[in-house]
Amino acid sequence: MIRLIEENDPKAFHLLQSLYPHFGKAFIIGITGSPGVGKSTIINKLIREFRKSDFSVAVIAVDPTSPYSGGAILGDRLRMQDHATDEKVFIRSMASRGRAGGVSRAAKDAVIVLDAMGYDIIIIETVGAGQSEFEVSNIAHSTGIVSIPGTCDGIQAVKAGILETGDIFIVNKSDKDGADVTMHQLTMIIDLANGNNWKPCVLKTIAHDGTGIEELAAVFLSHWKFMEKNNLLEAKKREHKINYFTSLLKDLTLEKLLLFMENSSEYREVLNKVLSQEIDPIHAAEQVVKEIISPFVYEEQTHEKKPNGLHELRVKK
Amino acid sequence: MGVAKYIKDERGGIKEVTYQSGIKVKPAYGPQDLEERGFTYEKDLGAPGEFPFTRSLHPQSYRSRAWTTRQYTGFGTPEETNERFKLMIANGQNGLNVAFDLPTQMGYDSDHPLAEGEVGRVGMAIDSLKDFETAFAGIPLDRIGSGLTINGVATIMMAMYQATAEKFGYSKEQISTTPQNDILKEMIGRGAWIFPVEHGVRLVGDSIEYAVKELPKSNPVSICGYHIRESGATPAQEIAYAFEIARAYIDNVVKRGIAPEDFVGRFSFNFNVYGNMWEQIAKFRAARKLWAKMLKNEYGVTDKKKLFLRGLFGGGGSGLTKEQPENNIMRGAYYALGAALSGAQTTALCSFDEAYTIPTPRSALLSLRTLELLMDEVGLRDTVDPLAGSYFIETLTLEMEEKILEEMKEVKKLGGMVNCISSGLIQRKVSRQAYEFEKGLQSGEYKKVGLSSPETDKISNDAANNKSGKTNVELHEYNEEWARKSKANLKELRTARDNKEVEQSLAALEKAARTSDNVMPHLVKCCHAYATVGEMAGVFRKVFGEWNEPDFY
Amino acid sequence: MENKIRGKKIRVLIAKPGLDGHDKGAKIVALALRDAGMEVIYSGLHQTLEQIIHTATQEAVDIIGLSIMSGAHLPICEKLIVMMEKAGLSDINLVVGGVIPFQDIPGLKEMGVSAVFPGGTSFEEIVHGMKDLFKK
Repeated sequence: MIRLIEENDPKAFHLLQSLYPHFGKAFIIGITGSPGVGKSTIINKLIREFRKSDFSVAVIAVDPTSPYSGGAILGDRLRMQDHATDEKVFIRSMASRGRAGGVSRAAKDAVIVLDAMGYDIIIIETVGAGQSEFEVSNIAHSTGIVSIPGTCDGIQAVKAGILETGDIFIVNKSDKDGADVTMHQLTMIIDLANGNNWKPCVLKTIAHDGTGIEELAAVFLSHWKFMEKNNLLEAKKREHKINYFTSLLKDLTLEKLLLFMENSSEYREVLNKVLSQEIDPIHAAEQVVKEIISPFVYEEQTHEKKPNGLHELRVKK
Repeated sequence: MGVAKYIKDERGGIKEVTYQSGIKVKPAYGPQDLEERGFTYEKDLGAPGEFPFTRSLHPQSYRSRAWTTRQYTGFGTPEETNERFKLMIANGQNGLNVAFDLPTQMGYDSDHPLAEGEVGRVGMAIDSLKDFETAFAGIPLDRIGSGLTINGVATIMMAMYQATAEKFGYSKEQISTTPQNDILKEMIGRGAWIFPVEHGVRLVGDSIEYAVKELPKSNPVSICGYHIRESGATPAQEIAYAFEIARAYIDNVVKRGIAPEDFVGRFSFNFNVYGNMWEQIAKFRAARKLWAKMLKNEYGVTDKKKLFLRGLFGGGGSGLTKEQPENNIMRGAYYALGAALSGAQTTALCSFDEAYTIPTPRSALLSLRTLELLMDEVGLRDTVDPLAGSYFIETLTLEMEEKILEEMKEVKKLGGMVNCISSGLIQRKVSRQAYEFEKGLQSGEYKKVGLSSPETDKISNDAANNKSGKTNVELHEYNEEWARKSKANLKELRTARDNKEVEQSLAALEKAARTSDNVMPHLVKCCHAYATVGEMAGVFRKVFGEWNEPDFY
Repeated sequence: MENKIRGKKIRVLIAKPGLDGHDKGAKIVALALRDAGMEVIYSGLHQTLEQIIHTATQEAVDIIGLSIMSGAHLPICEKLIVMMEKAGLSDINLVVGGVIPFQDIPGLKEMGVSAVFPGGTSFEEIVHGMKDLFKK
């Protein structure tokens, strides 16, 4: 099913339609951080903790698609082999397929599927925590940002404005020098954060031997409870739905527009002017919107509502 | 694999030569090349047998003693292996090099489900002390040393070798065993790892500590740059990574309060010989020098003998081709020549058919003769380090040193070998290089003789060829009988032995594994009680868990 | 470029069944497949057949590529094909690479193996061979 979604197969959308009403019960955790910090190893151990409380767990592990070849090697599974034959653990590797934020729309849809299938906890693992629509915090209820001592990753992430999106900051490989320093730096910066109801915390772990993982699992679960109790979960889910819907709209609209523009000679004229630097891109863009695209929008508004709405955009003569 | 990159002009003249390690080679070398680099005989070479040993570990080298040859043996049952041992010794081999089947290497008994189809296939199936007793029956263990190609369960096999010797009336002080016991290289390039990295290193440390105290003639670790090179490392990396792996083991043992002086002298190495001949020679000479310097300057070792880079320079399998296999006879001869020119103390040579089958007795003997010819007929014993003083070789050796040190520095920067392997950095680098090389081979950027000339493919006179001229692989028929026999033996063993004793010894082993107690004495006891390999390794699996390898791309 | 990234991908599981630890071939083929635009899941070493089935199911792959250097390809493929049927994975293509004698290829194909790439097959041949499986 997830495969159909990845391939943009129309069957997928019908299936999604039928599943959609059933989704919304799972607790969705996002784990993000630079390559090599130990995300997969942490998740491997987290799964074990969650399984102890008999939660069923699904994992979506996202790896980057090569921009040159379009292919990818999806190797996060390797670190999660402990659960190879556990029926209540589902691990799915996905390629980012061009999404700069590291999570494709297909991944988001996959979450819906897994949620509807009844997994209690869904973990999404990705690289990068940027601001694009599909980055982890727009899908996850609770986001963990992983860094390691000696690098400034955690600090960079925090400085880059990820402050609002990180709920739990994890310093992995904390047996290495500098772990305490990193921890203190993070703690200090987070303290300056705006008053979210949930106070983000910093935890130390040594994923490969399991140190700190029990506590980490407990923190995620208590975050879950906390949000449920204070109606924050509902608010977050609402926000996610809105964001998702908006981004879908943006996506579809852009897709159609681009397609249409490729066939428009006026558009090509303007583009050539931009390329030869006759006009600057800003004016050119405004021109395109005003003279080529907008007329349709205005046209649509004055005419009767067509049943297909956005699905048809005609080329103006 | 391993060939240099040649850029040629339209007439076939060579414009550029770049070795795998990254060194560019000039058309000609002269005294100025050495002058530029501040080369001096005392600092950079030393007399044969003198620090830094670039020329040779011993003053006389082959003049006093030809190299030791160790061809691999071991397949099927202990009985058959015992026969092959006796044959090789009768034919002049002076040390045994033992191969084990995969279940044994991975710590499984012959009746374990994962052992199916593998019992006795790539080496000897060993389930308990009884099998070792059969394999080494009648072998003078006080005179013949045994190299054991075993890693994940090296501690178990070492203990078993000791128990066997003791059963035959030898003392542990008399025997000489060299288990490969290099778990870190398994994780990079050979795949027979079991436990997570730190626990693997702990076991190596235990075996070294034990050897220092109890097995004076044994060499507990043979660090294998060999397999790292086979997985895609350059010759410079082969040495660099091997030394950094050695460092990881040394540091582990030093933490136990044992001085490096007391054990580093027993480290041996296993390096590969295929590829560009000059690059290999420079590599070995540079390696001798750097190892001596590392031990002296960084670990304060003063005893001259303990600064020796002892080891086996040999193999060469990756350089062989399946196509036109007889070319491999010549390749092997040239690789061996390179090893001899480098003053290799111990050597072994891949058989010409090794690219597509387990060596037949005939091809194994051919390899042995190749090595003999160099020593006894062609003149490689005549003088020590004959290439010394060559402007090219000395310059190349200095450049190789620089490359090796560069690579070592990078590992240190990334937090040391254990770190690099746990996180997959080395594996990633090495796979990428292997990939790039293979692409280059397929695109014609690198040339292997016999592969790029389709017309001559047809003339290849191997009878096993099919129509297209490509050599077919032949595999040893897997013998169901071996598995059946092993399983039957196991069943019998489990009833005949004192199971209470087994239980007790395993419990003591578990206790030791959980603490920082040395596991070796407990393993010896387990072996004497006829605990099986699977049972002993099972204890370790229980306590340490299994390693989840990192991604490699 | 967009098409390369967004278009239909071939998903391949490169698996190392059994105890053999020689993974260089598997890894370089994985890299080659990635460079040819496929999504590759690498199973890691020491996989049981059950684990391979489990992974192939969860990852919804198009091809299972076994890398077998130990000579045990015939019994392994025989078993796996039966297991694939039982698990409802008969529409997945099974291909094999590694140390495979020519005379075993017909037998493998008869069992249901879709393609065999013995050691020495070029990357180009492998990529085309795999892509051809979907040209029907």
